[in-house]
Amino acid sequence: MANSNNNRRKFFATTLQSVGLTALGGLLWSGYSDEVKASPLVLRPPGALPEEDFLKACIKCGLCAEACVNRDSNKNRDGSSREGTLQMAKGGDHRMIGTPFFVPTEVPCYMCEDIPCVPVCPSGALDVLSVSNEKGELDIDKSRMGLAVVHKESCIAFWGIQCDACYRACPLLDEAITLEYQKNERTGKHAFLLPIVNSDICTGCGLCEIACVTEKPAIFVLPVEHSTGRAGSHYVKGWDKKDQERVKDAKEIETKNERSEAEAEDYLNMEVEY
Amino acid sequence: MSNIKYLLLRRITQIGLLVLYFAANAYGWHILEGTFGASILFGIIPLADPYTTLQVLATGFVLGADVLLGALLIVLFYMIVGGRAFCSWVCPINMVTDLANWLRRKLKLDKEEVNYRFLKRNTRYWIMVLGVIVSAVVGVAAFEVLSPITIMQRGIIFGFGAGISVIFAIFLFDLFGVKNGWCGHLCPLGAAYSIIGKSSIIRVKHDHEACTACMKCKVVCPENQVLHMIDKESISVTDGECTNCGRCVDVCDDDALEFSIRSFAKR
Repeated sequence: MANSNNNRRKFFATTLQSVGLTALGGLLWSGYSDEVKASPLVLRPPGALPEEDFLKACIKCGLCAEACVNRDSNKNRDGSSREGTLQMAKGGDHRMIGTPFFVPTEVPCYMCEDIPCVPVCPSGALDVLSVSNEKGELDIDKSRMGLAVVHKESCIAFWGIQCDACYRACPLLDEAITLEYQKNERTGKHAFLLPIVNSDICTGCGLCEIACVTEKPAIFVLPVEHSTGRAGSHYVKGWDKKDQERVKDAKEIETKNERSEAEAEDYLNMEVEY
Repeated sequence: MSNIKYLLLRRITQIGLLVLYFAANAYGWHILEGTFGASILFGIIPLADPYTTLQVLATGFVLGADVLLGALLIVLFYMIVGGRAFCSWVCPINMVTDLANWLRRKLKLDKEEVNYRFLKRNTRYWIMVLGVIVSAVVGVAAFEVLSPITIMQRGIIFGFGAGISVIFAIFLFDLFGVKNGWCGHLCPLGAAYSIIGKSSIIRVKHDHEACTACMKCKVVCPENQVLHMIDKESISVTDGECTNCGRCVDVCDDDALEFSIRSFAKR
Protein backbone atom coordinates (compact mmCIF):
# COMPACT_ATOMS: atom_id res chain seq x y z
CA MET A 1 0.00 0.00 0.00
CA ALA A 2 2.78 2.36 0.99
CA ASN A 3 4.57 1.52 -2.22
CA SER A 4 1.56 2.31 -4.40
CA ASN A 5 1.14 5.60 -2.54
CA ASN A 6 4.75 6.40 -3.21
CA ASN A 7 4.33 5.57 -6.88
CA ARG A 8 1.28 7.73 -7.10
CA ARG A 9 3.07 10.65 -5.49
CA LYS A 10 5.94 10.21 -7.90
CA PHE A 11 3.54 10.09 -10.83
CA PHE A 12 1.80 13.28 -9.73
CA ALA A 13 5.09 15.07 -9.14
CA THR A 14 6.44 14.10 -12.55
CA THR A 15 3.21 15.05 -14.28
CA LEU A 16 3.08 18.38 -12.48
CA GLN A 17 6.68 19.13 -13.36
CA SER A 18 6.18 18.14 -17.00
CA VAL A 19 3.13 20.33 -17.30
CA GLY A 20 4.91 23.17 -15.54
CA LEU A 21 7.97 22.96 -17.77
CA THR A 22 5.75 22.74 -20.85
CA ALA A 23 3.97 25.89 -19.73
CA LEU A 24 7.34 27.59 -19.20
CA GLY A 25 8.46 26.51 -22.66
CA GLY A 26 5.20 27.71 -24.14
CA LEU A 27 5.54 31.13 -22.52
CA LEU A 28 9.13 31.58 -23.69
CA TRP A 29 8.29 30.36 -27.17
CA SER A 30 5.19 32.58 -27.42
CA GLY A 31 7.11 35.59 -26.17
CA TYR A 32 9.90 35.04 -28.65
CA SER A 33 7.52 34.44 -31.58
CA ASP A 34 5.51 37.51 -30.73
CA GLU A 35 8.63 39.68 -30.53
CA VAL A 36 10.00 38.56 -33.88
CA LYS A 37 6.63 39.35 -35.45
CA ALA A 38 7.06 42.98 -34.54
CA SER A 39 8.95 44.36 -37.51
CA PRO A 40 6.32 46.70 -38.90
CA LEU A 41 8.41 48.71 -41.33
CA VAL A 42 8.78 45.99 -43.91
CA LEU A 43 7.68 46.12 -47.53
CA ARG A 44 6.00 42.96 -48.77
CA PRO A 45 5.56 41.63 -52.33
CA PRO A 46 2.60 42.79 -54.44
CA GLY A 47 -0.76 41.38 -53.39
CA ALA A 48 0.40 40.62 -49.84
CA LEU A 49 -2.35 40.35 -47.25
CA PRO A 50 -2.30 42.90 -44.40
CA GLU A 51 0.82 42.21 -42.30
CA GLU A 52 -0.97 40.42 -39.46
CA ASP A 53 -2.65 37.97 -41.86
CA PHE A 54 0.42 37.75 -44.06
CA LEU A 55 2.50 36.49 -41.14
CA LYS A 56 -0.10 33.83 -40.42
CA ALA A 57 -0.36 32.74 -44.02
CA CYS A 58 3.20 32.87 -45.35
CA ILE A 59 4.61 29.33 -45.40
CA LYS A 60 8.12 30.67 -46.13
CA CYS A 61 8.60 28.61 -49.27
CA GLY A 62 10.40 31.30 -51.27
CA LEU A 63 8.54 30.57 -54.51
CA CYS A 64 7.78 34.30 -54.93
CA ALA A 65 11.43 35.27 -54.57
CA GLU A 66 12.48 32.55 -57.00
CA ALA A 67 9.86 33.65 -59.54
CA CYS A 68 11.04 37.24 -59.09
CA VAL A 69 14.73 36.64 -59.72
CA ASN A 70 14.08 34.24 -62.62
CA ARG A 71 11.44 36.36 -64.36
CA ASP A 72 11.36 36.70 -68.15
CA SER A 73 10.03 40.25 -68.00
CA ASN A 74 11.86 43.41 -66.96
CA LYS A 75 15.35 42.51 -68.08
CA ASN A 76 18.16 45.01 -68.48
CA ARG A 77 18.38 46.70 -71.88
CA ASP A 78 21.16 44.30 -72.95
CA GLY A 79 18.90 41.33 -72.13
CA SER A 80 20.74 40.30 -68.99
CA SER A 81 18.76 39.53 -65.86
CA ARG A 82 18.33 42.09 -63.15
CA GLU A 83 18.83 41.28 -59.53
CA GLY A 84 15.74 39.91 -57.85
CA THR A 85 13.64 42.41 -55.94
CA LEU A 86 12.39 40.02 -53.31
CA GLN A 87 14.70 38.80 -50.57
CA MET A 88 13.97 36.03 -48.10
CA ALA A 89 14.55 37.35 -44.59
CA LYS A 90 17.47 35.61 -42.95
CA GLY A 91 18.99 35.80 -39.50
CA GLY A 92 20.26 39.32 -38.93
CA ASP A 93 17.78 40.97 -41.30
CA HIS A 94 15.58 41.77 -38.28
CA ARG A 95 12.47 40.82 -40.12
CA MET A 96 10.35 37.72 -39.60
CA ILE A 97 12.73 35.01 -40.72
CA GLY A 98 11.94 33.29 -44.00
CA THR A 99 9.40 35.83 -45.21
CA PRO A 100 9.81 37.74 -48.48
CA PHE A 101 10.41 41.50 -48.46
CA PHE A 102 12.15 44.16 -50.48
CA VAL A 103 14.23 47.23 -49.84
CA PRO A 104 13.69 49.89 -52.54
CA THR A 105 17.16 51.39 -52.20
CA GLU A 106 18.68 47.96 -52.88
CA VAL A 107 16.35 46.65 -55.58
CA PRO A 108 12.95 48.29 -56.09
CA CYS A 109 9.95 46.48 -57.56
CA TYR A 110 9.98 46.87 -61.32
CA MET A 111 6.23 46.24 -61.50
CA CYS A 112 6.24 43.40 -64.06
CA GLU A 113 2.95 43.32 -65.94
CA ASP A 114 2.77 39.53 -65.65
CA ILE A 115 3.46 39.72 -61.86
CA PRO A 116 5.44 36.45 -61.71
CA CYS A 117 5.68 36.49 -57.90
CA VAL A 118 1.99 36.42 -57.00
CA PRO A 119 0.28 33.48 -58.78
CA VAL A 120 3.00 31.06 -57.59
CA CYS A 121 2.13 31.64 -53.93
CA PRO A 122 0.68 28.31 -52.76
CA SER A 123 -0.63 29.46 -49.39
CA GLY A 124 -2.67 32.51 -50.31
CA ALA A 125 -0.41 34.96 -48.46
CA LEU A 126 -0.13 36.78 -51.79
CA ASP A 127 -3.65 37.32 -53.03
CA VAL A 128 -4.09 37.20 -56.82
CA LEU A 129 -7.51 38.87 -56.65
CA SER A 130 -6.07 41.98 -55.02
CA VAL A 131 -3.85 42.53 -58.05
CA SER A 132 -6.47 41.70 -60.69
CA ASN A 133 -8.82 44.05 -62.50
CA GLU A 134 -12.57 43.60 -63.02
CA LYS A 135 -11.93 41.36 -66.03
CA GLY A 136 -9.85 39.05 -63.88
CA GLU A 137 -6.59 39.96 -65.59
CA LEU A 138 -3.45 40.62 -63.58
CA ASP A 139 -2.95 44.33 -63.07
CA ILE A 140 0.17 45.38 -61.18
CA ASP A 141 -1.15 48.96 -60.93
CA LYS A 142 -3.59 47.66 -58.34
CA SER A 143 -0.86 46.53 -55.97
CA ARG A 144 -0.29 48.48 -52.74
CA MET A 145 3.12 47.39 -51.50
CA GLY A 146 3.51 50.68 -49.70
CA LEU A 147 3.05 54.39 -50.16
CA ALA A 148 5.74 56.93 -51.02
CA VAL A 149 6.13 59.88 -48.69
CA VAL A 150 8.04 63.12 -49.37
CA HIS A 151 10.06 64.76 -46.66
CA LYS A 152 9.68 68.41 -47.69
CA GLU A 153 12.66 69.73 -45.78
CA SER A 154 15.20 67.51 -47.51
CA CYS A 155 13.54 67.47 -50.95
CA ILE A 156 15.52 69.92 -53.08
CA ALA A 157 12.46 70.64 -55.25
CA PHE A 158 10.95 72.23 -52.17
CA TRP A 159 14.10 74.36 -51.89
CA GLY A 160 13.34 75.72 -55.35
CA ILE A 161 15.93 73.67 -57.23
CA GLN A 162 14.47 72.05 -60.28
CA CYS A 163 14.49 68.29 -59.83
CA ASP A 164 11.91 65.88 -61.12
CA ALA A 165 13.92 62.67 -60.66
CA CYS A 166 11.16 60.89 -58.73
CA TYR A 167 8.45 62.18 -61.03
CA ARG A 168 10.23 60.75 -64.08
CA ALA A 169 11.22 57.49 -62.41
CA CYS A 170 7.62 56.71 -61.49
CA PRO A 171 6.17 53.89 -63.61
CA LEU A 172 2.76 55.57 -63.35
CA LEU A 173 4.14 58.80 -64.75
CA ASP A 174 2.13 61.91 -63.91
CA GLU A 175 -0.41 59.81 -62.04
CA ALA A 176 1.17 58.48 -58.86
CA ILE A 177 3.42 61.53 -58.58
CA THR A 178 2.27 64.84 -60.03
CA LEU A 179 4.15 68.12 -60.09
CA GLU A 180 2.50 71.08 -58.46
CA TYR A 181 3.61 74.50 -59.69
CA GLN A 182 4.04 77.27 -57.16
CA LYS A 183 5.60 80.67 -57.39
CA ASN A 184 9.02 80.94 -55.73
CA GLU A 185 8.57 84.07 -53.62
CA ARG A 186 12.25 84.05 -52.65
CA THR A 187 13.52 84.78 -56.15
CA GLY A 188 10.28 86.28 -57.39
CA LYS A 189 10.75 84.91 -60.89
CA HIS A 190 11.09 81.13 -60.60
CA ALA A 191 8.65 78.28 -60.04
CA PHE A 192 8.65 75.46 -57.55
CA LEU A 193 7.97 72.09 -59.22
CA LEU A 194 6.78 70.18 -56.19
CA PRO A 195 6.39 66.37 -56.28
CA ILE A 196 3.03 65.36 -54.83
CA VAL A 197 2.30 61.66 -54.22
CA ASN A 198 -1.26 60.58 -54.89
CA SER A 199 -2.06 57.85 -52.45
CA ASP A 200 -4.95 56.43 -54.51
CA ILE A 201 -2.50 55.53 -57.27
CA CYS A 202 0.96 54.97 -55.76
CA THR A 203 1.79 51.25 -55.65
CA GLY A 204 4.83 51.61 -53.39
CA CYS A 205 7.25 50.11 -55.92
CA GLY A 206 10.10 52.30 -54.69
CA LEU A 207 11.48 53.37 -58.08
CA CYS A 208 11.18 56.99 -56.90
CA GLU A 209 13.16 56.23 -53.77
CA ILE A 210 16.12 54.76 -55.62
CA ALA A 211 15.96 57.59 -58.20
CA CYS A 212 16.02 60.35 -55.57
CA VAL A 213 19.19 62.42 -55.84
CA THR A 214 19.62 63.41 -52.21
CA GLU A 215 22.14 61.61 -50.00
CA LYS A 216 19.39 59.88 -48.07
CA PRO A 217 16.25 59.79 -50.21
CA ALA A 218 13.79 62.60 -49.50
CA ILE A 219 11.05 60.42 -50.99
CA PHE A 220 10.70 56.95 -49.54
CA VAL A 221 8.22 54.14 -49.35
CA LEU A 222 6.60 53.08 -46.10
CA PRO A 223 4.03 50.34 -45.58
CA VAL A 224 0.59 51.85 -46.22
CA GLU A 225 -0.43 51.29 -42.62
CA HIS A 226 2.48 53.50 -41.52
CA SER A 227 2.29 56.26 -44.11
CA THR A 228 -1.42 57.02 -43.82
CA GLY A 229 -3.67 58.52 -41.20
CA ARG A 230 -7.37 58.02 -40.68
CA ALA A 231 -9.87 60.85 -40.20
CA GLY A 232 -12.32 58.58 -38.43
CA SER A 233 -16.06 59.08 -38.14
CA HIS A 234 -15.85 62.43 -36.33
CA TYR A 235 -14.96 64.24 -39.51
CA VAL A 236 -16.95 63.95 -42.72
CA LYS A 237 -16.86 65.88 -45.94
CA GLY A 238 -20.33 67.40 -45.84
CA TRP A 239 -20.09 68.29 -49.52
CA ASP A 240 -19.21 64.78 -50.64
CA LYS A 241 -21.99 62.19 -50.97
CA LYS A 242 -19.50 59.34 -51.18
CA ASP A 243 -17.68 60.40 -48.04
CA GLN A 244 -20.96 60.51 -46.15
CA GLU A 245 -21.53 56.87 -47.00
CA ARG A 246 -18.52 56.14 -44.84
CA VAL A 247 -20.34 57.09 -41.65
CA LYS A 248 -23.87 56.03 -42.49
CA ASP A 249 -23.78 53.37 -39.78
CA ALA A 250 -22.22 55.67 -37.19
CA LYS A 251 -24.18 55.92 -33.96
CA GLU A 252 -24.55 58.91 -31.74
CA ILE A 253 -22.00 58.76 -28.94
CA GLU A 254 -22.22 60.84 -25.80
CA THR A 255 -18.87 61.38 -24.18
CA LYS A 256 -19.01 61.62 -20.41
CA ASN A 257 -15.88 62.70 -18.63
CA GLU A 258 -14.70 65.39 -16.27
CA ARG A 259 -14.57 67.92 -19.04
CA SER A 260 -18.09 67.25 -20.34
CA GLU A 261 -19.57 68.01 -16.94
CA ALA A 262 -18.80 71.67 -17.39
CA GLU A 263 -20.32 74.03 -19.94
CA ALA A 264 -18.25 74.58 -23.06
CA GLU A 265 -17.90 78.22 -22.11
CA ASP A 266 -16.43 77.30 -18.75
CA TYR A 267 -13.68 75.09 -19.96
CA LEU A 268 -12.76 77.28 -22.89
CA ASN A 269 -12.11 80.13 -20.50
CA MET A 270 -10.38 77.94 -18.00
CA GLU A 271 -6.65 77.44 -18.05
CA VAL A 272 -6.01 73.85 -18.90
CA GLU A 273 -2.92 72.04 -17.90
CA TYR A 274 -1.62 69.63 -20.47
CA MET B 1 32.20 -0.19 -49.58
CA SER B 2 29.28 -2.31 -48.54
CA ASN B 3 29.30 -0.87 -45.03
CA ILE B 4 28.51 2.64 -46.21
CA LYS B 5 26.08 1.82 -49.03
CA TYR B 6 23.01 3.43 -47.49
CA LEU B 7 25.04 6.26 -46.00
CA LEU B 8 26.29 7.15 -49.47
CA LEU B 9 22.84 6.84 -50.98
CA ARG B 10 21.44 9.13 -48.31
CA ARG B 11 24.11 11.77 -48.80
CA ILE B 12 23.55 11.66 -52.55
CA THR B 13 19.81 12.10 -52.01
CA GLN B 14 20.20 14.90 -49.47
CA ILE B 15 22.75 16.83 -51.46
CA GLY B 16 21.00 16.12 -54.76
CA LEU B 17 17.75 17.58 -53.46
CA LEU B 18 19.55 20.64 -52.13
CA VAL B 19 21.21 21.10 -55.53
CA LEU B 20 17.79 20.98 -57.22
CA TYR B 21 16.35 23.50 -54.74
CA PHE B 22 19.39 25.72 -55.10
CA ALA B 23 19.27 25.62 -58.91
CA ALA B 24 15.58 26.52 -58.93
CA ASN B 25 16.53 29.88 -57.47
CA ALA B 26 19.95 30.36 -59.02
CA TYR B 27 19.28 29.09 -62.54
CA GLY B 28 15.50 28.95 -62.80
CA TRP B 29 15.29 25.14 -63.02
CA HIS B 30 11.73 23.87 -62.78
CA ILE B 31 12.48 20.50 -61.23
CA LEU B 32 12.05 21.15 -57.53
CA GLU B 33 11.23 24.73 -56.54
CA GLY B 34 10.53 26.38 -53.22
CA THR B 35 11.65 25.07 -49.83
CA PHE B 36 10.45 22.31 -47.51
CA GLY B 37 7.63 24.57 -46.33
CA ALA B 38 6.05 24.24 -49.75
CA SER B 39 7.55 23.12 -53.04
CA ILE B 40 6.57 22.49 -56.63
CA LEU B 41 7.83 19.29 -58.22
CA PHE B 42 8.38 19.30 -62.00
CA GLY B 43 6.64 22.67 -62.22
CA ILE B 44 3.22 21.17 -61.44
CA ILE B 45 2.96 18.84 -58.42
CA PRO B 46 2.51 20.77 -55.15
CA LEU B 47 4.25 19.48 -52.03
CA ALA B 48 4.02 20.88 -48.52
CA ASP B 49 5.33 20.16 -45.05
CA PRO B 50 2.46 18.63 -43.05
CA TYR B 51 3.62 20.02 -39.70
CA THR B 52 4.05 23.54 -41.09
CA THR B 53 0.64 23.22 -42.71
CA LEU B 54 -0.85 22.22 -39.37
CA GLN B 55 0.74 25.24 -37.66
CA VAL B 56 -0.57 27.65 -40.30
CA LEU B 57 -4.06 26.16 -39.99
CA ALA B 58 -3.76 26.59 -36.21
CA THR B 59 -3.25 30.34 -36.67
CA GLY B 60 -6.74 30.38 -38.15
CA PHE B 61 -5.69 31.12 -41.70
CA VAL B 62 -7.53 29.17 -44.38
CA LEU B 63 -4.71 27.89 -46.56
CA GLY B 64 -4.69 27.65 -50.32
CA ALA B 65 -5.63 24.32 -51.90
CA ASP B 66 -2.10 23.86 -53.26
CA VAL B 67 -0.65 23.61 -49.77
CA LEU B 68 -3.37 21.30 -48.50
CA LEU B 69 -2.98 18.98 -51.46
CA GLY B 70 0.81 19.19 -51.15
CA ALA B 71 0.72 18.24 -47.48
CA LEU B 72 -1.57 15.31 -48.27
CA LEU B 73 0.82 14.03 -50.95
CA ILE B 74 3.77 14.25 -48.56
CA VAL B 75 1.84 12.42 -45.83
CA LEU B 76 0.92 9.63 -48.25
CA PHE B 77 4.48 9.39 -49.53
CA TYR B 78 6.01 9.06 -46.08
CA MET B 79 3.32 6.66 -44.93
CA ILE B 80 4.84 4.31 -47.48
CA VAL B 81 8.59 4.92 -47.22
CA GLY B 82 8.67 5.51 -43.47
CA GLY B 83 7.88 8.91 -41.97
CA ARG B 84 11.29 9.67 -40.66
CA ALA B 85 12.91 8.78 -43.95
CA PHE B 86 12.52 12.56 -44.31
CA CYS B 87 14.89 13.00 -41.39
CA SER B 88 17.68 10.77 -42.66
CA TRP B 89 17.27 11.01 -46.43
CA VAL B 90 16.12 14.60 -46.97
CA CYS B 91 16.68 16.91 -43.99
CA PRO B 92 19.97 18.82 -44.26
CA ILE B 93 20.29 19.11 -40.46
CA ASN B 94 20.81 15.35 -40.47
CA MET B 95 24.24 15.91 -42.00
CA VAL B 96 25.11 18.31 -39.18
CA THR B 97 23.89 16.05 -36.39
CA ASP B 98 25.42 12.94 -37.98
CA LEU B 99 28.75 14.74 -38.07
CA ALA B 100 28.34 15.71 -34.41
CA ASN B 101 27.52 12.11 -33.56
CA TRP B 102 30.45 10.75 -35.50
CA LEU B 103 32.76 13.17 -33.69
CA ARG B 104 31.24 12.15 -30.36
CA ARG B 105 32.20 8.57 -31.09
CA LYS B 106 35.69 9.55 -32.26
CA LEU B 107 36.24 11.76 -29.22
CA LYS B 108 34.80 9.05 -26.98
CA LEU B 109 32.31 11.43 -25.41
CA ASP B 110 29.72 8.71 -25.03
CA LYS B 111 31.35 6.69 -22.30
CA GLU B 112 28.78 7.67 -19.73
CA GLU B 113 25.11 7.31 -20.46
CA VAL B 114 23.50 10.43 -19.04
CA ASN B 115 19.91 10.43 -17.99
CA TYR B 116 18.36 13.83 -18.46
CA ARG B 117 15.30 13.94 -16.32
CA PHE B 118 13.25 16.28 -18.48
CA LEU B 119 14.94 15.81 -21.78
CA LYS B 120 13.60 12.48 -22.87
CA ARG B 121 13.11 11.13 -26.31
CA ASN B 122 9.41 11.89 -26.00
CA THR B 123 10.06 15.59 -25.26
CA ARG B 124 9.72 16.19 -28.99
CA TYR B 125 6.05 15.15 -28.93
CA TRP B 126 5.38 17.73 -26.23
CA ILE B 127 7.18 20.33 -28.32
CA MET B 128 5.20 19.28 -31.38
CA VAL B 129 1.89 19.83 -29.61
CA LEU B 130 3.17 23.01 -27.99
CA GLY B 131 4.17 24.35 -31.40
CA VAL B 132 0.61 24.07 -32.63
CA ILE B 133 -0.75 25.75 -29.49
CA VAL B 134 1.77 28.59 -29.65
CA SER B 135 0.92 29.06 -33.35
CA ALA B 136 -2.72 29.47 -32.43
CA VAL B 137 -1.96 31.89 -29.59
CA VAL B 138 0.57 34.11 -31.33
CA GLY B 139 -0.83 33.94 -34.85
CA VAL B 140 2.29 32.79 -36.63
CA ALA B 141 3.60 29.31 -37.47
CA ALA B 142 5.67 29.01 -34.31
CA PHE B 143 8.23 26.34 -35.21
CA GLU B 144 8.96 28.07 -38.51
CA VAL B 145 10.19 31.09 -36.56
CA LEU B 146 13.18 29.12 -35.31
CA SER B 147 13.32 25.87 -37.29
CA PRO B 148 17.01 25.15 -38.01
CA ILE B 149 15.87 22.86 -40.81
CA THR B 150 14.37 25.55 -42.99
CA ILE B 151 16.93 28.11 -41.81
CA MET B 152 19.65 25.82 -43.15
CA GLN B 153 17.79 25.06 -46.35
CA ARG B 154 16.97 28.70 -47.06
CA GLY B 155 20.55 29.51 -46.15
CA ILE B 156 21.79 27.21 -48.87
CA ILE B 157 19.31 28.58 -51.42
CA PHE B 158 19.18 32.28 -50.57
CA GLY B 159 22.22 32.88 -48.33
CA PHE B 160 22.71 32.24 -44.62
CA GLY B 161 23.29 35.62 -43.01
CA ALA B 162 23.42 35.29 -39.23
CA GLY B 163 21.30 32.15 -39.55
CA ILE B 164 24.46 30.08 -39.75
CA SER B 165 24.81 30.47 -35.98
CA VAL B 166 21.68 28.38 -35.45
CA ILE B 167 23.32 25.52 -37.34
CA PHE B 168 26.45 25.83 -35.20
CA ALA B 169 24.30 25.86 -32.09
CA ILE B 170 22.67 22.58 -33.09
CA PHE B 171 26.08 21.10 -33.89
CA LEU B 172 27.53 22.12 -30.53
CA PHE B 173 24.45 20.96 -28.65
CA ASP B 174 24.64 17.51 -30.24
CA LEU B 175 28.41 17.24 -29.90
CA PHE B 176 29.00 18.50 -26.36
CA GLY B 177 25.49 18.56 -24.97
CA VAL B 178 23.03 15.78 -25.41
CA LYS B 179 23.71 12.80 -27.66
CA ASN B 180 21.19 12.90 -30.51
CA GLY B 181 19.93 15.99 -28.71
CA TRP B 182 18.21 17.78 -31.55
CA CYS B 183 16.98 15.03 -33.87
CA GLY B 184 16.36 12.47 -31.15
CA HIS B 185 14.87 14.60 -28.38
CA LEU B 186 13.68 18.00 -29.51
CA CYS B 187 12.76 18.27 -33.17
CA PRO B 188 8.96 18.51 -33.46
CA LEU B 189 9.11 17.90 -37.20
CA GLY B 190 10.77 14.56 -36.56
CA ALA B 191 8.04 13.86 -34.02
CA ALA B 192 5.36 14.61 -36.60
CA TYR B 193 7.05 12.34 -39.11
CA SER B 194 7.37 9.60 -36.47
CA ILE B 195 3.61 9.61 -36.18
CA ILE B 196 3.06 9.76 -39.93
CA GLY B 197 5.41 6.83 -40.52
CA LYS B 198 4.18 4.70 -37.67
CA SER B 199 2.72 2.10 -40.00
CA SER B 200 4.96 2.60 -42.99
CA ILE B 201 5.49 -0.27 -45.37
CA ILE B 202 9.27 -0.18 -45.80
CA ARG B 203 10.98 -1.29 -42.60
CA VAL B 204 14.23 -2.79 -41.36
CA LYS B 205 13.87 -6.47 -40.54
CA HIS B 206 15.97 -8.30 -37.99
CA ASP B 207 17.06 -11.91 -38.40
CA HIS B 208 17.67 -13.32 -34.96
CA GLU B 209 19.24 -16.53 -36.35
CA ALA B 210 21.98 -14.62 -38.16
CA CYS B 211 22.69 -12.11 -35.37
CA THR B 212 25.92 -12.52 -33.41
CA ALA B 213 24.98 -9.84 -30.91
CA CYS B 214 27.96 -7.61 -31.76
CA MET B 215 25.75 -4.57 -31.08
CA LYS B 216 27.40 -2.46 -33.78
CA CYS B 217 23.90 -1.54 -34.94
CA LYS B 218 22.97 -0.17 -31.52
CA VAL B 219 26.14 1.92 -31.37
CA VAL B 220 25.52 3.55 -34.70
CA CYS B 221 21.72 3.92 -34.46
CA PRO B 222 20.54 7.47 -33.67
CA GLU B 223 17.32 6.09 -32.16
CA ASN B 224 18.66 2.88 -30.68
CA GLN B 225 15.59 2.28 -28.50
CA VAL B 226 13.86 1.10 -31.69
CA LEU B 227 16.31 -1.80 -31.97
CA HIS B 228 15.00 -3.54 -28.86
CA MET B 229 14.60 -6.83 -30.74
CA ILE B 230 18.28 -7.24 -31.53
CA ASP B 231 19.45 -10.73 -30.61
CA LYS B 232 16.00 -11.46 -29.23
CA GLU B 233 13.37 -11.83 -31.94
CA SER B 234 13.19 -11.99 -35.71
CA ILE B 235 10.80 -9.11 -36.31
CA SER B 236 10.69 -5.81 -38.17
CA VAL B 237 11.54 -2.50 -36.56
CA THR B 238 8.02 -1.15 -36.20
CA ASP B 239 8.74 1.96 -34.14
CA GLY B 240 7.82 5.23 -35.85
CA GLU B 241 10.99 6.82 -34.53
CA CYS B 242 13.18 4.65 -36.78
CA THR B 243 14.44 6.96 -39.51
CA ASN B 244 15.03 4.19 -42.05
CA CYS B 245 18.56 5.54 -42.39
CA GLY B 246 19.94 2.08 -42.96
CA ARG B 247 23.09 2.60 -40.89
CA CYS B 248 22.33 -0.58 -38.95
CA VAL B 249 22.02 -2.47 -42.22
CA ASP B 250 25.32 -0.97 -43.34
CA VAL B 251 27.31 -1.87 -40.23
CA CYS B 252 25.89 -5.36 -39.73
CA ASP B 253 28.50 -7.93 -40.71
CA ASP B 254 26.13 -10.84 -40.26
CA ASP B 255 23.34 -9.91 -42.69
CA ALA B 256 21.02 -9.90 -39.71
CA LEU B 257 19.42 -6.59 -40.70
CA GLU B 258 17.90 -5.75 -44.06
CA PHE B 259 15.23 -3.46 -45.49
CA SER B 260 12.06 -5.33 -46.30
CA ILE B 261 8.39 -4.86 -46.92
CA ARG B 262 6.66 -4.91 -43.60
CA SER B 263 4.41 -7.81 -42.95
CA PHE B 264 1.17 -6.71 -41.39
CA ALA B 265 0.01 -10.26 -40.84
CA LYS B 266 -0.25 -11.11 -37.17
CA ARG B 267 2.03 -13.91 -36.16
